Amino acid sequence: MRYAETGFQLEVDLSNGSIDIIETDPKDTELYLGGIGMNAKLLFDRVPPGTDPWSPDNLLIFGNGLLNGTCVPGANRVSIDTIAPLNGLMGHSLMGGFFGPEMKSAGYDRIVIKGEAPHLVYLAIHNEKVEIRDARHLAGKGMVDTQHLIQDELNDKRAMVAAIGPAGEHRVIMASIDCGNSSAARTVGPVMGAKNLKAVAVRGTKDINIAHPAEGWEMCSKLRKEFAANPNIGDWMATDEDDSFHHNNFSWGNARTRRKNFWSMELEERWRNLKYDHMERWTGCYGCPKSCHNLIKWPNRRRFSYKCYGKDTYHMAAFQELDFTFEILPIAMDLGFDSYSTPQVLAFALELLDNGILTEKDFPDMPTDVRQRFYYLLHKIAFREGIGDVLAHGTTDAAEIIGNGAEEFDHNTVKKFEQLPIKLYKLNPAYFLMIGTGEDMAITQIEGSFPQDPILDPELREEFIENWKAVPDKKFHEWFRNWEKRDQLPDDAMCAITDWNECMHYLDDSLGICGFVSSFRGQFGGTTGYSIWNMPPLITLMSGIEFDKDKLWECFQRNRTLIRALNNRRGLTRSMERPPEDHWVVRDEEYEQQLLSKYYDFKGWTFDGIPTKETLENLSLGYVAEDLIEGGLLTGNDVTALNDPRAKKEKEKKKGAST
Amino acid sequence: MNSAGKKTKIVKEIKVDTKKCVGCKACELACSAFHATPKYSSINPARSRIMVVMDETKDIFVPIRAGEYTQAECNGRNRYVIDGKEYDECTFCPASCPSRSAFREPDSGLPLKCDMCENDPPLEQPMCVEACTFEALTYVEREVAVSEENEQVKQGDMELAYEVLIKKFGKKKVMDTFSRLSKD
Repeated sequence: MRYAETGFQLEVDLSNGSIDIIETDPKDTELYLGGIGMNAKLLFDRVPPGTDPWSPDNLLIFGNGLLNGTCVPGANRVSIDTIAPLNGLMGHSLMGGFFGPEMKSAGYDRIVIKGEAPHLVYLAIHNEKVEIRDARHLAGKGMVDTQHLIQDELNDKRAMVAAIGPAGEHRVIMASIDCGNSSAARTVGPVMGAKNLKAVAVRGTKDINIAHPAEGWEMCSKLRKEFAANPNIGDWMATDEDDSFHHNNFSWGNARTRRKNFWSMELEERWRNLKYDHMERWTGCYGCPKSCHNLIKWPNRRRFSYKCYGKDTYHMAAFQELDFTFEILPIAMDLGFDSYSTPQVLAFALELLDNGILTEKDFPDMPTDVRQRFYYLLHKIAFREGIGDVLAHGTTDAAEIIGNGAEEFDHNTVKKFEQLPIKLYKLNPAYFLMIGTGEDMAITQIEGSFPQDPILDPELREEFIENWKAVPDKKFHEWFRNWEKRDQLPDDAMCAITDWNECMHYLDDSLGICGFVSSFRGQFGGTTGYSIWNMPPLITLMSGIEFDKDKLWECFQRNRTLIRALNNRRGLTRSMERPPEDHWVVRDEEYEQQLLSKYYDFKGWTFDGIPTKETLENLSLGYVAEDLIEGGLLTGNDVTALNDPRAKKEKEKKKGAST
Repeated sequence: MNSAGKKTKIVKEIKVDTKKCVGCKACELACSAFHATPKYSSINPARSRIMVVMDETKDIFVPIRAGEYTQAECNGRNRYVIDGKEYDECTFCPASCPSRSAFREPDSGLPLKCDMCENDPPLEQPMCVEACTFEALTYVEREVAVSEENEQVKQGDMELAYEVLIKKFGKKKVMDTFSRLSKD
């Protein structure tokens, strides 16, 4: 018997209609856990390097975290992974809520989708019964209607339906996959559209087995209560109405204008009323004692829920106030747009118009009011009409198509991926590494364990350190103790901090744990729910597989390194690992490159950012090394970055300059 | 006894505050775990004796507990409008009934019924309440009057029970069992 996981994955080929239920190898669970790890392995094994992301040969994988559906609180996130058409690299997205646990109850750790259906279809899964159903009648339908119509057709209100809206159907780069209050953003939606797959509906009534029932339940019950009482975890934006942080520090419009003094008490009070006058309740995700979603009923709109920074993106892109977000969000979400990248693409388009790169002719019949312009553009993009067909490519490719200097306005992307609109003064080395090298592409998917700022008061600092149990090693205490200025920590600390931050996200995404109770929340208050210390016993209690801290850390390294190799194979190079040029005003190219080399070296990668043969072999990834050697990316005798003559040259250059 | 001198007893019940429900289904999870054999050895909300009837687009979040099994559907003609929200009658109905798949063992199709987590020793509170950190479910005590009739043995009921046993096992076996048990 398999515990915590089902031991089966569902494989569907939409081109030929084949449906297979495949038993998986438990050894792989021990190596890659689940979620992002197992998905990456499948993408590495099955999608050859040259595959066009739009082609039927690309895979779209819904992968349950290993602990999803068990009694582990906050474990419900399913990793949706593919090769992203945005940049040809691995696209990784997460969806909380209920879809993952339902999928596991139906008997599947993963759903692997290949091929391209001859017309729009949806997948209906009820335990072993799996059907590919006609969805032509759902073409153009929004998220909400699609989910309801499918539940009605299946006569099952408890079926969980993950769907795309018109944006996904039209292969818009910013399209998301949504299920109820949860949304998988970040580049995976268009692949579902390319496969002509409108939705996946799943209902399951099977047991998820727990290896050590009594002890497992006891530990989880205790955690549930601790989490409920811990104000440092969950989403502060669900209850704290002081949102000066984003509004004063992030840039408005197309990541353009910082309004340092925007926030005021008057505004806070007004927005608080605006929210609570229209909010009906907080809602949560499966089995989690936190409720991070705000359910809003706005006049003439359907109910919708949002969480976190999704509260700000539209009105900040349009230089409006919160009422605009509440008004447009239900429409944008129903069309199937990701609320992080989309508002920036809209602001980018209007900036091009203001600067004469696009003209009125490109926007026939567009209203003059900025709010109405946002609606206009959303519809143009969702249905790929006129300029919308160009903007549907996302900022970088749209800029290239438009030409005429539009490229200059694509100033907030890394590897073509839209970043949070942050423009600061002085380089922050740890953030340089995280933004530059993170392959989950967004800063929120790598930062989070080490605090963003030092604590200057010695007493408070010691108190923080005293309670800061999540650190994997005491050296983090020491670094924190001696830390005074945000940008000043030893380089080896910057590397280790980035690595630890990244570790917790990779483990969360392999186990299904939400970052809000884990990887993202250590940076505020230090008392996060999960750490490298309590994850191993939980995994053992749930799955029966023995784990300790070191073995789990190695799983992170394995999954991380595998994804790096997968992306290297798809063309990821060192030159692409650059935060936006204007992310900081003051930059130091030489130092940045040296730091990057140090980090690569720390990770066991070459000067070009490719894991060496030795690194791969140490992580039981010998087959990956062989593949990279065969593909000419490695010779087999490669050295890590700092042992490369190019790194030594860099160092000498720096020395010469300083003497 | 209450102040009026009538006999009373304390009844414990689960109070549901639908406003506080966030729809996390921890109650379903906990119920299925508690009723698994061995305890906590599996999680399966489909086996739960509590179910959150949920529709976010209508702001409906109603945890209901499994009640009696019924052989036939009701005529299904009630709709409730509460605070402007429209609920169909199944939203509040605890029955394990042919009109829906709720409250049935998924493997056997046999009906499920909430037993308030009977346990030896008794739990402080049922597992669904224990798991509900949002206090949408609370375990409360209520004083109820006990009618005199209830106190007395209902002769008819007792005879009916014996008739069933005799029909099934025969008079002799029932008498033997009775006399053996009465010696214990």
